[in-house]
Amino acid sequence: MPQIEQLAATYSSQIFWLLITFGLVFFIVGRGMVPRVMNTVALRDDQIAGDLAAAQAARDEADAREADWRQRENENRAAAQALVGEAKLASGAETEAKLAVAQQRVDARLVEAEQRISGARDAAMQEIEAVASSAAQDITQRLAGIAVPPESAQAAVRRALADG
Amino acid sequence: MAADTAKVDPMYQFTIEPLFGSANWELAGYNIAFTNSALWMVITTVLLWLFVLGGMKRELVPGRWQMAVESFTGFIDDMLAANVGPAGRKYVPYIFSLFMFILFANLLGLLPLGLVGVHPFTFTSHFTVTGVLAIMSFSIVLIVGFARHGLHFFSLFVPHGTPWPMIPIIAPIELISFMVRPFSLALRLFVAMMAGHVLLKVLSSFVISGGNAGIGYGILIGLPSLALMIGISALEILVAGIQAYVFALLTSLYINDAENLH
Repeated sequence: MPQIEQLAATYSSQIFWLLITFGLVFFIVGRGMVPRVMNTVALRDDQIAGDLAAAQAARDEADAREADWRQRENENRAAAQALVGEAKLASGAETEAKLAVAQQRVDARLVEAEQRISGARDAAMQEIEAVASSAAQDITQRLAGIAVPPESAQAAVRRALADG
Repeated sequence: MAADTAKVDPMYQFTIEPLFGSANWELAGYNIAFTNSALWMVITTVLLWLFVLGGMKRELVPGRWQMAVESFTGFIDDMLAANVGPAGRKYVPYIFSLFMFILFANLLGLLPLGLVGVHPFTFTSHFTVTGVLAIMSFSIVLIVGFARHGLHFFSLFVPHGTPWPMIPIIAPIELISFMVRPFSLALRLFVAMMAGHVLLKVLSSFVISGGNAGIGYGILIGLPSLALMIGISALEILVAGIQAYVFALLTSLYINDAENLH
């Protein structure tokens, strides 16, 4: 077993070179390079965490903006609706007023027309009475030879018309 | 490597040989020959450096290599966070170095480089090496423990809720189990790596001997041994990772004791 047979002859060289090489590994690789490698990892982790946080913040802001916009939109819509309702109301009132005016005009003309018609009818009636009474005078004159005074003829025609 | 030597001695692969005529290098009276073991430590160091260097591009969207390096650092970081808590972060460089150094050493030792004439050497199969690593971890536990808790660190040997008549019995047991830690750390890795390599070498010598003894022996002994070798090679790759993980995990558990007591 060379490990034991050569122990006395080689232990100092083994220990010496081990200390040299492991010392180099420890100070150059372990102390010099490993912290930087770990630092890189830590930086990357930080960056990823930061990016995620930024993305989350952007998302939250977008949500907030959307909610804001939605609220404004609703307000605008309500305002527009109110405006429309108001306009409808106003135009309804106006139409009613106009209709009332037109109605009055129409009523006035109707009254006038009726008066005219009843006037014409009265005139026609008097004319018919006059014609009928004179006709009745003539008929009684010719048939009976009685001269009827115009007043009684007129009264008889009026009675007959009224019985009509 | 020389097949005849391997046939004779499956332990030959663990022999340490000075390279480049450095057998007599000395420092303060101690031999510091640049051996094949030291060469593989250097190769491990360089490859580990290159591996982590490939993950240093610091891109926001990592490539495959960077992803691999980051998953290793993340793995160690998670392990320390789970076992030690937030105070464990400062040990990431040490545990990472330990884990990756052992992992690379184990895996490099398994490479079939013998096919191209290079003899891979698994320095984690030497207890001088694993022992130094274990003592290093144990020292960190002691230093951190006494620095953070002072003499109160000795309360580690009296588990919470021990009835006081039991303390004289429990405390020595806890002390022994505590003192055994560096040995168990070192021996576990060393034995696992050595056993696997010896097994592979023994089986390969079966394949070679069986093949040399004739076609019948070759089919009867050589082929099953080869099949077993393939399976055990896969198992050894698993063991290489598991042993590195166990070493790092136990070290972080011991550090947890030092940081948080019980």
